[in-house]
Order: sequence, then structure tokens, then C-alpha cells
Amino acid sequence: MRVINTQAIKQAVFQACQDIQFRYSKPMEEAITHYMNQEMGVGKAILKVLLENSELASKEHIPMCQDTGMVVIFLKLGQHVHLEGDYVIDMINEGVKEAYDVAYLRKSIVKDPILERVNTQDNTPAVVHIEMSHDDRCEILLSAKGFGSENMSKLAMLTPAHGLKGVEDFVINTVLTAGPNACPPMVVGVGIGGTMDQAALLAKQALFNEVGERNHDPRYAQLEQDWLEKINASGIGPQGLGGKTTAIDVFIKTAPTHIAGLPVAVNINCHMTRHVHIKL
Amino acid sequence: MITLKTPLNDQDLDQLHAKDFILFSGELYTARDAAHQRLVKDIAAGTPPFDLNGAVIYYVGPSPTPPHLKFGSAGPTTSSRMDVYTPTLLHHGVKAIIGKGYRSTEVLESFRDHHAVYLLAIGGSGAYLGQCVQSSEVIAYEDLGPESIKKLVVKDLPLIVGYDVYGQDAYVYAKTLK
Repeated sequence: MRVINTQAIKQAVFQACQDIQFRYSKPMEEAITHYMNQEMGVGKAILKVLLENSELASKEHIPMCQDTGMVVIFLKLGQHVHLEGDYVIDMINEGVKEAYDVAYLRKSIVKDPILERVNTQDNTPAVVHIEMSHDDRCEILLSAKGFGSENMSKLAMLTPAHGLKGVEDFVINTVLTAGPNACPPMVVGVGIGGTMDQAALLAKQALFNEVGERNHDPRYAQLEQDWLEKINASGIGPQGLGGKTTAIDVFIKTAPTHIAGLPVAVNINCHMTRHVHIKL
Repeated sequence: MITLKTPLNDQDLDQLHAKDFILFSGELYTARDAAHQRLVKDIAAGTPPFDLNGAVIYYVGPSPTPPHLKFGSAGPTTSSRMDVYTPTLLHHGVKAIIGKGYRSTEVLESFRDHHAVYLLAIGGSGAYLGQCVQSSEVIAYEDLGPESIKKLVVKDLPLIVGYDVYGQDAYVYAKTLK
């Protein structure tokens, strides 16, 4: 049995919420530099501004984007972990609240989605998913999801007859339709299989991959590369103003599904793709 | 580089063409979803909180200003969510709107009919754009926090012309792919 105080989880969330806001990850910085060198004209100029933005954000300690996101957390808990202290979900939200306050991040959450839409003023609650594992690990996958890209995400309940072609068409069309609204270059998370809810979760989890990380199944790894190529051949380009860089990467996650179904979810992120993986 | 300064006149707008990079300086008003909802009601009631004639609107909900800086992060939000309100604003004299992403055909026609322009800011460059802000003042709907209407004075805000007075659309190619 491993004992973890929820104060440690709160502290990790507090730190992580801030760490992801002020600079691109190293792999993303390298990827954007790589694409910038291949672009011309407007596309090149835009990618240059994005790199300068990250540099400035880091230097001045100001968030890269004003939409500092809704916090989405996957908490991975082994069944040999015993949590002690205050209720873990409350502690996670405390960590979010304090981080968004001290780091001057924007509070973007409204309490009721339709009726009053009154801002909660502290960017809580976070969306928290808990996943069990057989060991004694305690890991936090944390992201700050911006809604320019979240709003362009889609889910389709395809059927077996749609097959690979149907899935591919849905993924590519979703990305092309998103266009400039999702602040391209984008990162595309694709969840295939399971039920409606599981497909959406897989797509969200896919966005925790690092640029260049491929699916362990070589067939899906190939599809990730093929779809990225097709998306970038569209010519939409940075900010939708033309160019070769519409997406930086595509990540696929799959799960077993029902004999009657083929659920597909596409979760889109912008180039910042703010996320972090913490092991406690 | 083309520069654009407020107050805007028709000749200033005539020189702009879709996809031009420009530097914008002067006064603008921030407004996004919740502020627009109230703004159109106040316009209908004959009590707009600022003079819309010749005004420039920026679709932005900035992050809070840290003590060591003049302003927070301030990039554009997705414009299409404001499509339903835009013709009313243009009808009441707004001359330029700054945002990102596609507009509806009706909105683009409204820009053209009112000799107004749609300007694009680079999404995801909020730190960069926020540092162009020289001063800011909340002028309406303070209870909306990041969504309140603020009057900003900006210097050399880098923008791209999205839709010009000649009806040219910077996104025309991307649109054919939809």
C-alpha cells in the first residue's frame, strides 16, 4: 500500500496549471520552427509571430494565449494507493483556483451552461476523469483546453459499413471545416471505438501525446502520418490563410467496440496544445 | 507596411486589400459574446455605452493584467459567434472589426454595404498582441469580468486584412475546401 496525501496532488495541479501557459513545449517549438522553414509568404510570417509570441510570453511571464482554458485532468490511480487528507476532487479544484489567481490566468468557466452563464470567478470546476490501474502509481495528466479549438471538435456514430474510408473522411472533413476558427496549425486527437463517451475520451487522451509520438500499432501509426499529410496537402495553412502547415500532428487512440458500431471522435487543439504528464 | 490609425475615414479603408499585413494604432473597444448580447439591447433602447460611429471593435477577452505589465494576453476569439450581432453594429457606424475565422455571407455583405472592414489578428499570439496595448479602461458591463467592454489604446497592433471594402476575402481558398 502506498499512501499519498491529497495535498501533494493539489500542489502538483497548482504547479502544472502554470507551467503549461508560458511557453511551447520543446518538441512543439522545434516542430513549428521546422514548418516555418518550409513555408513562404503569409504562412511563414505567421509561424514566426507564433514563435516570437512564445518567447515573449516566457520572458514577460504572460500567458501565450488569453484563453487560458478549462482544466481537464486524467488522474491515474493504482489500486494499491491510499489517498489521505481532504477529498481529492476538492483539492484538485483548490490547486486550479490558486494557480489561476496567482499567475493572472483568465477565469473562463460559467456555472450554468444555458441559463445564467455566471462566471465562477476562479476557473473551477476542472473536468476530472479518474482511471484505475493494477499497481500503485499516481499520475496526473493535465491540460488547459482552449475553446476556439474545442468548439470545432466533433463526434460521429458511424456504422461498420462506413469502414476506414468513412472514418478518414470524417476526420479530414472535421479538420478542414474547423479551418481558421481552431487557430491552425492544429493538433488533432482521434478516438475510434468504444461507446459514444469512450470515443470522446480517447480523442481527448490522444492530445496528451508529444509531437512525433506514434501509435504502437504500426497500422495506426501509418494512418496518423497519412492523415497528417492529407490535412497539410489541403493548403489551409497557418491561421487558414494558405500554406503547408494546417496541422502539426495527428494522434489516434482506439478501443474495442460493439458489432453494430464505429464511433469516431475528433478533438482539436491549437498549436499550443498545453498539457503535462506528472508522476507522483 | 501599411499603417492604419483611428479615427478611420473611408480613404483609410480604401487602401486595404485582403491578406495585407497592417499595423493598427489608436482606440478600439473590446467586446465578445456576453457584451454583444447586452450591447444590441442597449442599442435598441437608444443607450449604447459608447459612440459606435466610426468605432473599431476587437473580439477579445483578455487575461488579467499582471502588476509588472500594462496589459494581459489579448488575442482574438472566434468571430462567427458574433455573426448574429454584427450587422446591427455595422448599421450603427462601426467601421472595423478585429477577430479570427470565417464570417457568414450575410455578415460579409453587411461589411461591404457599410464600407467597413474585417481585420484578423493571429490566434494564439495573445502575449504579443497584449503588449501593443498602451492603456485600458473598463467602460461598460464591468460585472462581466474578462467579457466587459474596455476601451483600449493600442500601438502597432499587427493585423491582417480579412475582408476588404472591395469584397475580397482572405479566406477564400480555405472556404472552397469546407
